Amino acid sequence: MVYPMQEMPLNDKQGDPGYEENLAAFEARVARGDKVEPGDWMPNDYRQQLIRLIHVHANSEICGALPEGGWIPHAPGFKRKLALVSKVQDEVGHAQLLYRAAETLGKPREEMVEELISGKSKYSNVFHYHAETWADVAVIAWLIDAAAIVNQKMMAEGSYGPYSRALKRICYEEAFHLTHGYDMCISLATGSKLQRDMLQDAINRWWKPIMMFHGPSDKESKHTEVLMRWRIKLKSNDAQRQEFLKKYVPKMFNLGLTIPEEWEFRYDEATKEWRYNEPDWDEFLNVVRGNGPASALRLRTRKLAHEEGAWVREALAAAAAGEHVPVPVEMN
Amino acid sequence: MTDTQWPVFEVFHQQARGEPHVHVGSIHAPDAQMALVLAKEQYARRMACVNLWVVSAEAILATDYEDADIFDHGTDKSYRESTGYQTTKRAKAIGDTAEI
Repeated sequence: MVYPMQEMPLNDKQGDPGYEENLAAFEARVARGDKVEPGDWMPNDYRQQLIRLIHVHANSEICGALPEGGWIPHAPGFKRKLALVSKVQDEVGHAQLLYRAAETLGKPREEMVEELISGKSKYSNVFHYHAETWADVAVIAWLIDAAAIVNQKMMAEGSYGPYSRALKRICYEEAFHLTHGYDMCISLATGSKLQRDMLQDAINRWWKPIMMFHGPSDKESKHTEVLMRWRIKLKSNDAQRQEFLKKYVPKMFNLGLTIPEEWEFRYDEATKEWRYNEPDWDEFLNVVRGNGPASALRLRTRKLAHEEGAWVREALAAAAAGEHVPVPVEMN
Repeated sequence: MTDTQWPVFEVFHQQARGEPHVHVGSIHAPDAQMALVLAKEQYARRMACVNLWVVSAEAILATDYEDADIFDHGTDKSYRESTGYQTTKRAKAIGDTAEI
């Protein structure tokens, strides 16, 4: 066969001839911990769930770069600016890796890029909010990247080969984002009263989106069971949230930060878990459907960037077709 | 609008001279030259790299995972492995105690 295989295997839906036998063999392979590769037989539901997840993940990398990108001109000092530029570049690169991984399942990149701009596909809840101050940038880089790493490290052990490979590379780069984010938060937390207040305000604003980041509670999440059976996902949303909280809540307290009182955060010694008031999951769903405070701005910015970058794509295509591409005088 | 659903190039990355080129992923590019430029941005931003290859994905012919049994050994082929021999024991028996 020619790699990458383009034609999709048949009889991958319930009721198709041979579906049950193929499904049994597929599930046995996945249960053994074998990776699934493009071109392998897989249930259509597995393919669609993965496309949905990877597409949303890729979109989130793109949209995650937007609130941070807006802060590049205002970064406090040259070192912070360099690091932020680098992080934003990484996030956009991650999106490219992920769109490629999703493409191996049969959905073209162009289509995914279009669906993000038209609002047809989703992206992470946290990027539907405004980054109002520099402390928001620090909180995003530290806590949201930390929460994302919990999720991505787990997904990297998942059953689909191309997604798993892309995530291993992504996790390597995210490690710098996390370190730099923590460094920014330490600077603010150990700075003037104004800086400390600014950081606490950012936590107060971001705590709700952060608590929602890993998705609806296990009681409400409709996809979890099948995703875990097929090893697309290895831990439930609540388990990921606890893993994040266990590691980072003590670090926040150590910086003198507090969690807004309405959450009634308390540590349960018996179960070694954090207890809190459950987020409003209807609000979460409403936000990811594009009704968050910054949703419209994000898509407008994304659309503008896509339109303003059209000349680059045209120039690349023209050069490959052997046409002369005029180079601006100052670059000659 | 320009269609950027360009051909796919597989990317191979070499960490140091003497090391093998390792497949790291793939990218879309209008031609091979541009594929190299984009591969550098995408796959060589971190970690050491001394050399990159890009290969048109269409040029790759692969076996089918379904046919992975072609790599199974039909018969005992231990005779072509170093572990298939008891030579250390036999060499000792004839007085050769040095490493083989």
